[in-house]
Amino acid sequence: MTLWWIGNIILLVVILPVVVYLLRGVLEAARSIVPTVGEIATTARAGSKDLDSAALLLTTQDQVARTVAGVADYGTSLDVIVDDAEKEPV
Amino acid sequence: MAAAGVVMIIAVALIVLALVYFLVSTILELRRIADGLDEVIAGVGEIVEKSEPVNGIVAAINEQLDAGVDLLEGLLVKKAGLSDAVGLIDGLYPGAAAAGLRNFPESTGIDPPRIGEVYTKGTLTLARLGREAPIAAASPSGEVLRNVEGGSLAARSLYPSVRHQSPENLPRSPVIGADAPVQYEQRDDIGAPRKRLPARRP
Repeated sequence: MTLWWIGNIILLVVILPVVVYLLRGVLEAARSIVPTVGEIATTARAGSKDLDSAALLLTTQDQVARTVAGVADYGTSLDVIVDDAEKEPV
Repeated sequence: MAAAGVVMIIAVALIVLALVYFLVSTILELRRIADGLDEVIAGVGEIVEKSEPVNGIVAAINEQLDAGVDLLEGLLVKKAGLSDAVGLIDGLYPGAAAAGLRNFPESTGIDPPRIGEVYTKGTLTLARLGREAPIAAASPSGEVLRNVEGGSLAARSLYPSVRHQSPENLPRSPVIGADAPVQYEQRDDIGAPRKRLPARRP
């Protein structure tokens, strides 16, 4: 009978507080993750939005190709109308 | 014995209640985390999808620009000579001669002539057209042929003069109106009947 009461006291004084303490720690840790995940989601959305203009790189590539082609035509014309430099003495 | 049993039942019930409360709360928080991670995965997926072609496009752009640089470097060296080309580049971008030309590693060892202080860009091009000009013949050891600050005025002499040589400032148009510094009196005969001359006799 005495042991039973001792067991009850241990149950109420030791085991219950330990269980509550541990579970409360897990809950607080889980709650602290939620806002961080929200910020990460916001950042990911913003990063995705920033990359909307990445599709314009195709236009940039086309423009660069045209520009280089124009430069090539211009260089070819210059090659025809401008004399070459005299060869430097060796 | 009954009292001890009741106390034990109460203690176990309290422990179970604590377990239920905290575990359910934890489950709810974990679900919110899972929802947030779904949003994160969706955003990251969009980032990956949008940035997928970037590497290929940038590589292609770099290849095209490399081809352009090769072309321009080769043309410049072919037309101006390696030494003058380095001097021209150093004149346009001071200090750039130290890096040299990409396709001409020997250009890094050239002492760049002071072309940028002797001729303007347009003068250099015009001088090269149709004849071989002695660009920077006195450079780099000789005197500077022309003042750098007066470069633009010297270049103007290459073109037909319209207004920029003499006089520099043309006279301005007169100011008219009520606030004009010079007021002109109104003539009385303006708007009046024309004077009749006496009739001529035949």
